[in-house]
Amino acid sequence: MGTAIEIKPFTAQDYKAEIHNDWCPGCGDFGILSAIQLALAKLQIPPYRAAVVSGIGCSAKAAHYMNTYAFHTLHGRVMPCVTALKLANHDLTVIGAGGDGDAYGIGGGHFVAAGRRNLNITYVVFNNDIYALTKGQASPTIGKGQRTKSMPEESIMEPINPVMLALACGYTFVARGYALDTKYLVDLIAQAIQHRGSSLIDVLQTCPTYNDLHSKSWYAEQVDGQPRLYKLDGADFDPVVRNPEDPAETTQKKAQALIRSQDPTGRIALGVYYKLEVPTYEDYLKRKITALESKPLAQLDVYHRDITPNLRNLT
Amino acid sequence: MPEKSPDLSFSWMIGGPQGSGINVSAEMFAKALCRAGYYVFGQIEYHSNIKGKHSAYRLRIANEPLSSHVEAVHLLSALDEETLVGDLYHEFPAHPGHMQEMASGGAILYDREYRKFLDWIERDDVQFWEIPYAELLERALEEAGKPGQARAYRIMNNSMVLGASVGALGFDFEAAAEAIRDSFGAKAGRVAEMNVLAARHACNYAREHFAGKLSYALPPVAEPREHMLIKGTQAVALGKLQAGCGIQTYYPISPATDESVYLEENQREHSIVVLQTEDEVSAIDAAVMAAHGGVRSATSTSGPGFALMPEGLGFAAMTEAPGPVLVNYQRGGPSTGLPTRWEQGDLSFALSAGQGDIPRIVIASGDIEESFFDTFDAFNYADRYQLPVIVLVDKHLSSGYQTLPLFDTSRLKIDRGALFDGEANGNGEFFRHAFTPSGVSPRSVPGQAGGAFWTTTDEHDPRGHITESISNRLLMMEKRMGKLKLAAGEISDEKKFRLVGSGETPVLALAWGSTKGAIVDALRHADPEGRRYSFLQIRMMRPFPVEQVLRLVERAGKVVCFDGNYSEQLARLLREETGFQPQHRVVKYDGRPFSEDEIVAALEHAVAGGPERIVISGGRVVGPEFAPAEFERMIELRRKHGKMLPPMVPLPPGYNR
Repeated sequence: MGTAIEIKPFTAQDYKAEIHNDWCPGCGDFGILSAIQLALAKLQIPPYRAAVVSGIGCSAKAAHYMNTYAFHTLHGRVMPCVTALKLANHDLTVIGAGGDGDAYGIGGGHFVAAGRRNLNITYVVFNNDIYALTKGQASPTIGKGQRTKSMPEESIMEPINPVMLALACGYTFVARGYALDTKYLVDLIAQAIQHRGSSLIDVLQTCPTYNDLHSKSWYAEQVDGQPRLYKLDGADFDPVVRNPEDPAETTQKKAQALIRSQDPTGRIALGVYYKLEVPTYEDYLKRKITALESKPLAQLDVYHRDITPNLRNLT
Repeated sequence: MPEKSPDLSFSWMIGGPQGSGINVSAEMFAKALCRAGYYVFGQIEYHSNIKGKHSAYRLRIANEPLSSHVEAVHLLSALDEETLVGDLYHEFPAHPGHMQEMASGGAILYDREYRKFLDWIERDDVQFWEIPYAELLERALEEAGKPGQARAYRIMNNSMVLGASVGALGFDFEAAAEAIRDSFGAKAGRVAEMNVLAARHACNYAREHFAGKLSYALPPVAEPREHMLIKGTQAVALGKLQAGCGIQTYYPISPATDESVYLEENQREHSIVVLQTEDEVSAIDAAVMAAHGGVRSATSTSGPGFALMPEGLGFAAMTEAPGPVLVNYQRGGPSTGLPTRWEQGDLSFALSAGQGDIPRIVIASGDIEESFFDTFDAFNYADRYQLPVIVLVDKHLSSGYQTLPLFDTSRLKIDRGALFDGEANGNGEFFRHAFTPSGVSPRSVPGQAGGAFWTTTDEHDPRGHITESISNRLLMMEKRMGKLKLAAGEISDEKKFRLVGSGETPVLALAWGSTKGAIVDALRHADPEGRRYSFLQIRMMRPFPVEQVLRLVERAGKVVCFDGNYSEQLARLLREETGFQPQHRVVKYDGRPFSEDEIVAALEHAVAGGPERIVISGGRVVGPEFAPAEFERMIELRRKHGKMLPPMVPLPPGYNR
């Protein structure tokens, strides 16, 4: 063996694009963006081995601020795009970035399907309860009876509980983060990337321009003498399904996550709600298409197929 | 045995309720004929229904290549009364049965059970051949040592029906037996032999009673050829495999699904990922992203699915993705329309779907063979010009079988277009949307070191970041739309149009899509010396071969333009692109494809000074005064025979002449 090669570790700076950022000052998105960059640095994933796929909206601009492969796609279609990119190259770290309207509203059907597939991908949802880029209309996560200063009337629909929805759809890693607690969010995102399967991190995000209800100070408030935000880690809460073969345990772990995700005290739990390690979509695909065991699809030579047996089969 | 072999062609039909296995019978017969050296063209008409509704499968059989069906039926195998006398169960009858299509001197094979309906039929120039299927089945079961089990073995009717036709036509029973065995695959040896036995009984019965009574027979062909029996969905799928397609996305829809299912059946052998998505929006967007991801990608759909896909066309065009290839199997519209019937109604939509100016290539395949090669070429265009490519096919082309020689793939070459070679551009950075002399920017593949890029569906600068700059907008629009000019210059004329005949005849038939087959056959049979008619088939709808087509239509005496839609979409496109108005426009929008007879009828009508717009249906020209005589005849029949199920309600004004 020759001389040792000095491996320069990647820092968060390596994932940052040199481009002017046009988010509003004080936007919660900054915290989420930093967390994604820091998580990639923490895991030392080379920038060219990572791809960020975003939808449309304020959150979607995150793709432009990443120094990775970056796709700023269509409203609601983050998951179809993430799915296809991962199928094309399962060696890539593929991160979806979308807003709450994007993920749970217009992209609702895609969100469901992506959970069912359980590809090894990570979806970070920037959840600020409103459609900010169109100036603050109600999103699927705003509470019934709530009205931000940007809304003409209060919402008269029940909100979606993203954690509950993700559990129902089959996501195998479900977490909730907070945009302004970057350090903790880095850890959640890193765990999600490392998790083998579809991961959802619903990130509570402040919008200082339009959402005056769920502001930084609101999140910092006390509820019955206790902080509104608390972490599951400290509590007596084990999100991991220890025996994936045991349907009773799976159900029990989902049930406890479900209860905690809608804490009746009004407090909000951050952290990992649910984690289940089972074979991924890629694993099943590799059983069918064995060539994928050695190389990702984009690198397979499928350009010299011999279809003669197929033609002869038709004679 | 009648010494006469089919000179022009012989037309066989099987009709019956869906789910009764008429497809199986017809396809076994077609396979046997194909192997015996006959040319076969299959055409199926069926309802959007799983069990019970009427379905009819035609096979046109000849000693020469065939590419269409004809109206006339020489031998009809009727599996129910509905095939004979039409739909009796709906207030507005779905169809009048097939008696009107029977050729004079032709014959009908029917089960004894339907004898009572013969009174309904007013044809004395047709032969009625009764077959006691139940009795023959019982005899076969006795021979197999399973007497009295006819109920359990009713399903073998498919094979018996085939056997009866084979016997009546003097065809080689062993060839049919082989096709029956094949249809069961390697597994079910004993069951297959039971079927062969039952078919043999039906064959012997028909041979004994009916052979020689028809002026047609199917003797063995002197030199059998090695032909495939292939349908359009298979040809398109094979084109994708040959082209190196890595991902096919789809959402189930008739009549496109068979293609995706065929690909999935081949995924292990050929390493192709088939992704069934949650909807067609996902299907196309995933296909766009897979193309960005470095694999050749495709999706297949039909009208209602295609209607959900325009955003993906814009996505692909704006981000300059190398694809996808979108194969649209046209069916009757609008909306859910006629899910299992033919129409060429999506041409205008394919050309314009999506907001803003979307560069796209639109190819229209004329037949099964073309659909294989067009699909292959589509991937090269997608990679070379980094835009979406639409291949328009239709239900007629996709669902019917045809005998064809094996595709010659030896001259097919894969062109993946301009690729980033790992060396960054001048300033040390890679710009995914760099301005280049050709308008095409080299592309990297995610995961490739040094090739990381941004791209967005927003208007963007060469680096892929959002900008609303005027000068950038002008340059980017020129770049994207200019790729169509590049394609127009590079793609050869033979891929854009095809002229059959001299082009200097009194009449030039102009058409696109699967109407090609009927026109080619019509010209060959009605004008074998090519003095009266020529045919111009448009194969590339965008970029449209403007000068070449204009030269040809201006040279012809009279142009008769055929469209399988109400709104004359090809004629409109021709006017839009060339300013030329065809003298006659023939339209068909009844949900059934043009037959050879209909082409001849339309051409003759045009030559005889018919109107500018000629409407075709049911084998003939129908004028604006067309009244549904079919309904009236059916209602009359019901009255006469007292069969009124469900109770008739009065037809609305206009339905009653």
